[in-house]
Amino acid sequence: MQLTDKKNVKALLLTATTTLLGTASVQAAETKADEWQFDTALMYYGETDRVTAVEAIIAGSKQFGNDEILSLKLTVDTLTGASANGAVAQNTPQTFTRPSGKGQYQIKAGETPLDDTFKDTRLQLTGQWTQPLTERDIWSIGGNLSKEYDYFSAAINSNIARDFNKKNTTVSAGVSFAFDQIDPEGGIPNAFHTMLIGDVDSSNFASDFDATRKESGDDKTTVDLLLGLTQVINRNMLVQLNYSYSASSGYMTDPFKVLSVVDQQGISQTYLYENRPDSRKKHAFFGQVKYHFDTTILDTSYRYMMDDWEIDSHTVDTKYIIPLANGHTIEPHFRFYTQTAAEFYKPFLLEGQVIPQFASADYRIGEMDAMTIGMKYGIPLSDGEHLSFRIAYYQQSPKSDGTQAVGQLNDLELYSKVDAIMAQISYSF
Amino acid sequence: MKIISNQKVWLLIGVLSLSACSSLGVEPWERDKLAKKEMLPNSAPIDAALDDHIYFSKEASSGGRSFGGGGCGCN
Repeated sequence: MQLTDKKNVKALLLTATTTLLGTASVQAAETKADEWQFDTALMYYGETDRVTAVEAIIAGSKQFGNDEILSLKLTVDTLTGASANGAVAQNTPQTFTRPSGKGQYQIKAGETPLDDTFKDTRLQLTGQWTQPLTERDIWSIGGNLSKEYDYFSAAINSNIARDFNKKNTTVSAGVSFAFDQIDPEGGIPNAFHTMLIGDVDSSNFASDFDATRKESGDDKTTVDLLLGLTQVINRNMLVQLNYSYSASSGYMTDPFKVLSVVDQQGISQTYLYENRPDSRKKHAFFGQVKYHFDTTILDTSYRYMMDDWEIDSHTVDTKYIIPLANGHTIEPHFRFYTQTAAEFYKPFLLEGQVIPQFASADYRIGEMDAMTIGMKYGIPLSDGEHLSFRIAYYQQSPKSDGTQAVGQLNDLELYSKVDAIMAQISYSF
Repeated sequence: MKIISNQKVWLLIGVLSLSACSSLGVEPWERDKLAKKEMLPNSAPIDAALDDHIYFSKEASSGGRSFGGGGCGCN
């Protein structure tokens, strides 16, 4: 790309981003456009027979005279496809009412029920201001706004970091406060109410359906605390250790998910809308080691998370950057994840038994392993520009939490695997 | 619901803090390798943001490296 073209593109992006973020960064827009650094990416995520998502990111950052840094990021993503609705597969076809109450969908015998209603577009704006306070203290403040058709989220955060020991040790602390609002089409279903499945064309279906739901949306608040320690070990190695605490309060049920109520033969009698606790507290411990060999770099991290829903999870993530003779880089990536089920996870409910206070059949809070294998190829271009391609295969393997299947459920797939491909192009200039 | 004991949490925080040993580290002129962009703890923030968004919406855990994600009603 010609240098003048590059300046023009940067100026255009800058104008677009600052317009979207209002007047807060007008001053920044008046500075020389070519001092901005931009990172852009386009990602495709596709699951076999389920969700497809496309996500685009434009991020710009600029360093000012006294080492202040302004970072702005615009994310747009679209989501279409089908998502497991929580009900179990059956030997016979099943009919479900759409979450909006407008229409129904049929699931073939033997297949995991997927709701194919999902279609959404999300726009997210992120801004962060970072500045030195003293020779060894750095302070940062930022915000985040995200809007999709039935969901809104706003968050603010602030961090402070202090260097010790010739900048070999950095200690940091941060806090974030988030507010999320959900307002699904058709309203929020009442907890454990039976999904209405009748003649959607009948005159009283709409009013009967509305009677199963709250008219208004709902919301939740989340407070996050993050303590971090970065330590240089030697000329080749650094270590990062984080502890984070997150407390959420409010609506955390998934209004699109149901549970099958089955009899002793495993035959579905009704579908009940799920209900989750309105409070969740999570602790996460994160450790990362980066090691620079002669030419290659190994990046390995581990995270342990536990919460008061009784979900424990372990995540190991490893990347290995290998420079090639032509200056390009190749980077294999491997990630392994495992989680235990939430205490209220139930793959189905049994007819005649007392309905628990909380229950969800969402496989994402059930017992599960997941694995990602990927590869990134990086091409440095002239003038500091960089192009890279990334591809990864992601597989989720939900597992039984020990719940004994009954009747026909013994012969049906209750924990079906999910396979996905991620592909990404990134360009920095 | 399981209550996570405070002692367990503080013990882990204590262990993390103790590992900041002042005898570790390098002199400023020994930072040739550490100064590379690839050696930053989060050296590919765009990749990390995209990954976090996927895993946040497909798994029951989030955060760790940074704040716990969110901002979507992802399915």
